[in-house]
Amino acid sequence: MILVDRKEVLRYLGYGKKKADAQIMQSIEDAIEKLQRVVQPRWLYEVFPLTLHLDGTIDFHCFQAVSKNLSKNLTGCEQVVIFAATLGIQVDLLVERYVKLQISQGVIMQAVAAAMIEQVCDTCQETIRQQMEQQGWYLRPRFSPGYGDFALEHQRDVISVLQCPKKIGLTLTDSLLMAPTKSVTAVIGLSRTKQPCHRHGCEVCEKTDCAFRR
Amino acid sequence: MTIREKLGKELIFFDGGTGTILQEQGLKAGELPEVWNIEHRDKIVTLHKNYLTAGADILKTNTFGANRLKFPEGGAYCLKEIVTVAIDNAKKAVEEIGGKQRYIALDIGPTGKLLKPMGDLDFEDACTIFKEVIQIGVACGVDLILIETMSDSYEAKAAVLAAKESCDLPVFVTTIYGENGKLLTGGNTESTVALLEGLGVDALGINCGLGPVQMKGICEQLLKYASIPVIVNPNAGLPRSENGKTVFDVTPKQFTDTMEEIANMGAWLLGGCCGTTPSHIRALVDRCHTISPLPIEKKDRTVVSSYSQAVVIGKKPVIIGERINPTGKSKFKQALRDHNLEYILNEGLTQQEKGAHILDVNVGLPEIDEVAMMEEVVKELQSILDLPLQIDTSNFEAMERAMRIYNGKPMINSVNGKKEVMDAVFPLVKKYGGVVVGLALDENGIPDTVEGRVAVAEKIYQTAQSYGIEKKDIVIDALAMTISSDSSSALVTLETLRRIRDDYNGKTILGISNISFGLPQREIVNSNFYTMAMQNGLSCGIINPNSDAMMRSYYAFKALSNLDAQCSDYIAHYANQASVSAPVSAKTDMILAQSIEKGLKERAGELTAQLIQNKEALDIINEELIPALDRVGKGFEKGTVFLPQLLMSAEAAKTAFEVIKKQFAKSGQVQEKKGKIILATVKGDIHDIGKNIVKVLLENYSYDVIDLGKDVPAEVIVETALKEKVRLVGLSALMTTTVVNMKETIQLIRKRKPDTKVVVGGAVLTPEYAKSIGADCYAKDAMATVHYAQEILV
Repeated sequence: MILVDRKEVLRYLGYGKKKADAQIMQSIEDAIEKLQRVVQPRWLYEVFPLTLHLDGTIDFHCFQAVSKNLSKNLTGCEQVVIFAATLGIQVDLLVERYVKLQISQGVIMQAVAAAMIEQVCDTCQETIRQQMEQQGWYLRPRFSPGYGDFALEHQRDVISVLQCPKKIGLTLTDSLLMAPTKSVTAVIGLSRTKQPCHRHGCEVCEKTDCAFRR
Repeated sequence: MTIREKLGKELIFFDGGTGTILQEQGLKAGELPEVWNIEHRDKIVTLHKNYLTAGADILKTNTFGANRLKFPEGGAYCLKEIVTVAIDNAKKAVEEIGGKQRYIALDIGPTGKLLKPMGDLDFEDACTIFKEVIQIGVACGVDLILIETMSDSYEAKAAVLAAKESCDLPVFVTTIYGENGKLLTGGNTESTVALLEGLGVDALGINCGLGPVQMKGICEQLLKYASIPVIVNPNAGLPRSENGKTVFDVTPKQFTDTMEEIANMGAWLLGGCCGTTPSHIRALVDRCHTISPLPIEKKDRTVVSSYSQAVVIGKKPVIIGERINPTGKSKFKQALRDHNLEYILNEGLTQQEKGAHILDVNVGLPEIDEVAMMEEVVKELQSILDLPLQIDTSNFEAMERAMRIYNGKPMINSVNGKKEVMDAVFPLVKKYGGVVVGLALDENGIPDTVEGRVAVAEKIYQTAQSYGIEKKDIVIDALAMTISSDSSSALVTLETLRRIRDDYNGKTILGISNISFGLPQREIVNSNFYTMAMQNGLSCGIINPNSDAMMRSYYAFKALSNLDAQCSDYIAHYANQASVSAPVSAKTDMILAQSIEKGLKERAGELTAQLIQNKEALDIINEELIPALDRVGKGFEKGTVFLPQLLMSAEAAKTAFEVIKKQFAKSGQVQEKKGKIILATVKGDIHDIGKNIVKVLLENYSYDVIDLGKDVPAEVIVETALKEKVRLVGLSALMTTTVVNMKETIQLIRKRKPDTKVVVGGAVLTPEYAKSIGADCYAKDAMATVHYAQEILV
């Protein structure tokens, strides 16, 4: 069972912090129930050494990237977790059924699924945190290809380094869309010192006029 | 002895893991293991040799990921070189070690892409990709084709067809199951066995993902369903993360302990996958080579499958939904002419909800291209529904096309006793697999007597056998003919059913409603005949699941025949019926506009039906529907109404419009449309949620929406705009990577149809971005598109 934060679902549906009526809340519950039956969350990670070069190049020792935003996020880190998670393709099949035949339920399903994958990632990250802290490593917030100036093209690197298609059934289309849709890839910096401020998600995003901002 | 000759006579041992061992030897993350065939030849040959010394009979070539996608033309190594050297390495190892006879399996892994519609790889392209590798392998002289680690039955089918169309070598297929016993795409052991045996593979089984302990239960199921040898190639336990690296824990002894049990359960081919080493294989061979395996039994089960489930045709009657068929349905015919797939999909979904187990699909209409339509409808249905399909056509080209792209083992309707028809249909069944309906008629017409029909059935069975198709894959249609012209005809049909069941242990099918042509209140006759037919052994009834009378017969028969334990199905369906069917009198006094604003679909339909008795349809639209929609739309823009409510209102309005449309059709009026709009998600993008939101709203405002779907090439959009004289195109794209294709589409529209306006929307777009790619309008949401349409199409 994946815990689903109803408030997050409403935020994805554009409600912001406002409440929805009983009818919509019931539809959300129906969607949660249907999705719980088909989700097959799978995830994996590997740890790599990390070198931040002066010229801004980030060397993950399995691929390299250039990104100011990510460099900032990784400052002080010596290792990095490369991470991927997915809800599985049956979620896409179910959402698509409603998108095609009953779009009002389709948008609710997709919002619930979005909240689910975030929850899965948070849970996985917590597991990784516990394992890493035992060895004296502290986690930075996760950072995904496509965030800020960390190019979306690195999706290819992450997915091939982790062998995602074979291991968790996560693939990439030619135009770099993930299939299954409800999937996340990310890098998570590891440092020897604990950082108090764990800003992530909306808070680090520069698009301050976004309708879906927390 | 060839591998085919050895198969089923003695236990055969596969080698173990490759990738995990190469990683220990220095293969880097993201590096392609196949490159090592050339760059570290000695290491690959040594690994092969270690497995041979350990006692393996079959070597897997190091070609798991060798395909055009990973080794594109112009890359560092060409595909042919990689595959050829990989096979040479295996041959070299065999030569150097000598000893008993060994076999080289061309190892084929998944492409790493998901097939359409969930991913972007076309089924036929997948076939071609596999064919390239297989043809190189065959030319190099491999002994068999091993298709392994398949997590999607559809991709496995593409690979098997590629193998079968390239060579006569044995084809082995192993799929990867989760601990829940399912493939990633949802298939289970039963549906996978049905598909693979239907395609005629030589052995099937399981590999990777799990250790031997976790595989035991799944092996048990495979052995229960399969009539061919079963392969078991587990990992050395479940992968575990240690310091961020994947490790496997199961020792050779632990591995062998469980594998011995699996061998004793009846598996015929044993080996290893990730994490297993030559030591695992040595321990396995040493312990198990003396086991004399259990004989492989033919399972007399009639099974059809979809991508995710199997339906067994046996004692329990199976319902085949008849509604996807234009015969006698003017609305359905119109839907086919208008290319209205949504209508057809809804027919499918409704039947599933009402209890159909299989859906009959017939799209034959003289004025449409049946081959193209059949392919499209089957693809659409299997992308949103998980019921097996019955491909119903007399057009053999349409039949083959549908069987080929179908994701499972289909039912085929039909063959009959005519030689010409059998010679056309049976080869297709042999190649693609399927359960085929055999009509009890031949060149001499429909026999009047039971003996005549049984004789045709026998001829069909025998001819099928000569094509290598077993009796279990034939379902005899005993032919229901109306009793209004021959009052004894039902008896002939019923006795034929009984004879096929009792004398042949055969399976049967009927199109039930044919029995009552020309009679009043046909449902009375149909539902009673249905019960009588089931009592005489009917396996599959082609019926209308939306008919309560028919479903009552079905549930009552099951309950009365001890086919419904504790009458639970019956109770589930009828225990609460009394309250449901009670007259609805206590409904609040609601007007149509309110029901739209509240998004109450059924209520909106009912109220429209009442209203239309004494109010002009146009007045209903202008005085009730449009003002209600406008109010909801304004609320949405102000931020007091949110997307789900907006869409629920839109759906309620749609129901109201449907009622009005019916009235128009009755009175011969033509509903006025405001203009045509093309909607499409651009090439490369597989998200259509935004586009579909816009579609339902535009339709509410009486625009004629041509929905081209997702991943649509620019040329298709422009061609359609030219052909249909469309003045407004709406394009959707979700990602920066696909906005590029949006720009190209706009450029093409500008060049070839300059008077057409383009409105764009999608997550990454902004007004500036939209302008920079040349769009006429940026719509921030669905209502904005409606407003733009109102401005442009006046």
